Amino acid sequence: MTQNAQEAPATTGAHDLAEEFLDRTTPLSRLRSTMHRYPALSPAIVLVIAVIVFGLLNDRFLNPANLSLITQQVAVVGTLAIAQTLIILTAGIDLSVGAVMVLSSMVVAQSSVQAGLPAVFGLLAGLLVALGAGAVNGFLVTRLRLPPFIVTLGTLNIFIALTLLYSSGATIRGGEMPDLLTWTGTTFNIGGVNFTTGVLMMLVLYLVLAFILQKTAWGRHVYAVGDDKEAARLAGISVNRVLMSVYLAAGAILAVGAWIQIGRSNAASPNAGVDLNLDSITAVVIGGTSLFGGRGTVWGTLLGALIVGVFRNGLSLAGLDVLWQTFAVGVLIIVAVSVDQWIRKVRK
Amino acid sequence: MTLLDRDAASPAAPTRTPILQARKLVKTYGRVVGLDGVSLDLYPGEVLAIIGDNGAGKSTLVKCLTGAEIADEGEILLDGKPVQFKRPQDAHAAGIETVYQTLAVSPALDVASNLFLGREVRRKGILGSVFRMVDTKGMRNRARAELTALGITTLQDVTVAVENLSGGQRQAVAVARAAAFGSKVVVLDEPTAALGVRESNQVLQLVKNLRERGIPVILISHNMPHVFEVADRIHIQRLGKCAATITPRSHSMTDAVAIMTGARKA
Repeated sequence: MTQNAQEAPATTGAHDLAEEFLDRTTPLSRLRSTMHRYPALSPAIVLVIAVIVFGLLNDRFLNPANLSLITQQVAVVGTLAIAQTLIILTAGIDLSVGAVMVLSSMVVAQSSVQAGLPAVFGLLAGLLVALGAGAVNGFLVTRLRLPPFIVTLGTLNIFIALTLLYSSGATIRGGEMPDLLTWTGTTFNIGGVNFTTGVLMMLVLYLVLAFILQKTAWGRHVYAVGDDKEAARLAGISVNRVLMSVYLAAGAILAVGAWIQIGRSNAASPNAGVDLNLDSITAVVIGGTSLFGGRGTVWGTLLGALIVGVFRNGLSLAGLDVLWQTFAVGVLIIVAVSVDQWIRKVRK
Repeated sequence: MTLLDRDAASPAAPTRTPILQARKLVKTYGRVVGLDGVSLDLYPGEVLAIIGDNGAGKSTLVKCLTGAEIADEGEILLDGKPVQFKRPQDAHAAGIETVYQTLAVSPALDVASNLFLGREVRRKGILGSVFRMVDTKGMRNRARAELTALGITTLQDVTVAVENLSGGQRQAVAVARAAAFGSKVVVLDEPTAALGVRESNQVLQLVKNLRERGIPVILISHNMPHVFEVADRIHIQRLGKCAATITPRSHSMTDAVAIMTGARKA
């Protein structure tokens, strides 16, 4: 709009010149607007290049068994990152995703093993706890109007403490649990590559959430709220209801993540997911979703989670110290956010 | 004095009933009097401009009419029936659409999504009822039809994100959203304040198009030439009161400014 103000005194001839100048495109600006239109494009390119490079560096990288391992390593953080994407799309952030998942997984395991509930009820109890945690976060964000960062920093500590109090710090091994709880760790073979049920569940969740975000009114409202809260409110959208439903949906997704985690590690441990909150944010950010809200896709997040998995796996196959993996992930985050900032400058 | 003057100046025939009426609205903020018994009539198919100095009560008046503020005293009638707007949504539901100065559009969503934001249309059959799918194609077609009907030619592509549009085009999106879908009254708050010459003209043309479609418009503006170009009647606020209601034919711009600043009694 500042441009328009500058145009104001211009005569018609100068106006056309100004217009031409504004419409002038360079290959770089075209690339930028394409990336602006498809936020998942840059992570997709990065993933393809990474797979090719690591494949050339080490023969074992493209081995079906290794690819299967990467998907399994990505399953839990990939699921948590879906919940994180929803919240970041509303211009929020959730530091408590890992803590909620661990709390939920402990409730699932304990209610089945120690309270002796049928496995289905154990899973339901885990779902209820995760929904409750989401409701607490949502309540504090919408009713007390606290910043999501502060709210979830607080509940992160609260949920970690509750988990340790509730579980007495003890790990429950998969062997003690009913089969249904570790079912997410069972493998099956598609075209020579082993998949676990947990990986499949994660992919189904991605499909469902992609559909909801792109094809339903609720999905559009999530974007609108993250984009400009006031504009959404004036358009008649109940902002608080959308935010609350986002935190509840995130809770439900985290409960699924808890189930996948039990299958993946064949145990429920109160110390399992300490870093998962930051890892999920990493996947979302590398996946091209803007931390300022309103822009991004869950497919980008899946790519982001896979990029992290591929880098960690590829670097370790290349024989590098594990600390260089962490180093590389740090570089990826900074590059991804810089690219996002650059893309966001596209304004005619 | 206000009533007399309005009656003298109004081009509306006595038989026409106002679509929107405000009667003796009073609004105070602590000891500050925002509105001091202001009345206003809006007739079908007219453009009523509201002008006034800063702090004269323009915004307060409009906020009361659109539900953003609740008047302490007085009443608002829509189609002759008293209405109570407690929230902007109430006025919205009653058919009063407001285009705010801040342009309530979602930059990342496309034009069609913005037009239908908050009132998305679902697909027919099981896809819509069970899977809650929105009818993207249908909404885009209807958005195109609405834009054409409003005479908005500057927005050819309804799939482009609003953040890629110019200020005038964004204004057109906001106005189109207010005017589409059979609204009764459209309120425009300073629609040309941030726009260049050509874009302002496009918005003024849009206001005229609305009038041709029979949709009454309340236009709040500081810009006298714009007001005199499109308004049928001009409501002048001064010190919380309606100083006069004039027409562009009965008074000149100098007169209007004189009344607005209190240099001349109406």
